[in-house]
Amino acid sequence: MNSLRTNRLLDTSFKYVGIFATLFGLVMLAIFIFNILGDGISRIDWDFLTSLPSRRSSKAGILTAWTGTAWIMMLTALIAIPLGISAGIYLQEYGKKNRLAAIVEVNISNLAGVPSIIYGLLGLEIFVRTLNMGSSLLAGACTLSLLILPVIIVATREALKAVPNSLREASYGMGATKWQTIWYQILPAASGGIITGVILALSRAVGETAPLIVIGALAYVPFVAQSPLDEFTVLPMQIFNWVSRPQKGFLENGAAAIIVLLAITFCMNGIAIYFRNRWQKKINW
Amino acid sequence: MKLIEADDVNVYYGDNHVLKDISLSIKENTVTAFIGPSGCGKSTFLRTLNRMNDYIDTFRLEGKIEIDGKNIYGKKVKVEELRQKVGMVFQKPNPFPKSIFENVAYGLKIQGSNDKDLIADRVEKSLKQAALWGEVKDILNKSALSLSGGQQQRLCIARTLAVKPSIILMDEPASALDPISTAKIEELIFELKTKYTIVIVTHNMQQAARISERTAFFYLGNLVEYDKTSEIFTNPKHKQTENYITGRFG
Repeated sequence: MNSLRTNRLLDTSFKYVGIFATLFGLVMLAIFIFNILGDGISRIDWDFLTSLPSRRSSKAGILTAWTGTAWIMMLTALIAIPLGISAGIYLQEYGKKNRLAAIVEVNISNLAGVPSIIYGLLGLEIFVRTLNMGSSLLAGACTLSLLILPVIIVATREALKAVPNSLREASYGMGATKWQTIWYQILPAASGGIITGVILALSRAVGETAPLIVIGALAYVPFVAQSPLDEFTVLPMQIFNWVSRPQKGFLENGAAAIIVLLAITFCMNGIAIYFRNRWQKKINW
Repeated sequence: MKLIEADDVNVYYGDNHVLKDISLSIKENTVTAFIGPSGCGKSTFLRTLNRMNDYIDTFRLEGKIEIDGKNIYGKKVKVEELRQKVGMVFQKPNPFPKSIFENVAYGLKIQGSNDKDLIADRVEKSLKQAALWGEVKDILNKSALSLSGGQQQRLCIARTLAVKPSIILMDEPASALDPISTAKIEELIFELKTKYTIVIVTHNMQQAARISERTAFFYLGNLVEYDKTSEIFTNPKHKQTENYITGRFG
């Protein structure tokens, strides 16, 4: 009888511990967002989005920063998506399942956890110096591509793995080649999972600062980039630069830029969730 | 005329010897049933006939299987062409998660056909042949997954018919279906055998007796007995066959 009561007690107390743990995260996030909104929302207007950086905080804007972020995201997507999806397809559908494959698999997962600044150092050595790209948008995009490739590869493989074998057999049984089977049946069936992974990977890249600092992205860029070989800045760099200044005006600018960056990330995650839900509905066969 | 001719076929999965010295021949426009307890190798043998075992890494085949006088494991054989000629219907209905129309058109599409009229015509004919047209003619653009299990299986048969095979392999095509759907599939097999050669794996003795002209009994990787279905069921030569068909084991 006693143990029954203790069990009950444990049950209820765990419920409250759980509620507390959940609330802790949510409340912290709410406080953070509330604070940032309070500091920065008044600063956001059309001029803020369309002005070049300036030494006077009231005239400074984030035009170069957000266009830089847009450039970087576009180039990173162009490089990382085809490479990552192709590698995922090869490893899952073509590669033999032997010891070597197992080692490669474990290491790709490990690569996804390597600190981003290490990728920055790698990018500095390979893209900026050896390949002579300089501190350009292209070098930045290549570096961020390396950073998110493992995430895309793993997501692609998981999505392909979830496609039932009966679908492959059905297609092969009709006389389809391996490529036709992948292109017409497997990829469409896995597309939701792949798109979700790609968007989450890109939304990780959007907030990265460390590797871009290392390859020499500038905090003060007084012009909008015109080509992939131009020097650049991105939103997180601009934020980092502003919040490290002592003047209150720049702190407000920093908060405003954070709101813009948050909005971009939330939008991307929202799109990812939309695709994931649609995919999960479709995959119930 | 002999269409399929297997000669001393041995199959291994790694060190596992799963088919032992199988020799049999199958005539054109007949229904042949493969029976035997689970794991006896009947499905494996069926799958060697359109090389669906190729995707298993440890699979190895010795011996010779000829279809239309050509060794299908020969070096020059294009496996895609073989499978267009030797279609397959699986145990669990596995339509593509696409529209009914696209399911049937898939075989033509992968052969590179763009002729819309020809495709539409072939889709209609195949669905009629599979006795499904009446039920789906107004919903061709609906997802194949919205059909019932029995309809899905007939769709899979229609899909196979659309590429005009000469042989259709069926791996327990009715085992996942209710009795009414099963009866429809059996009726269909009966009609199809005038034009096609059908090889069917089944666990259902009555089904084998009802639809097939010849029956092969497999046991532990051996082909124990292969004869006219009436002989196998009324006058089996081997004790093992008799025990199995009378339900004493398996």
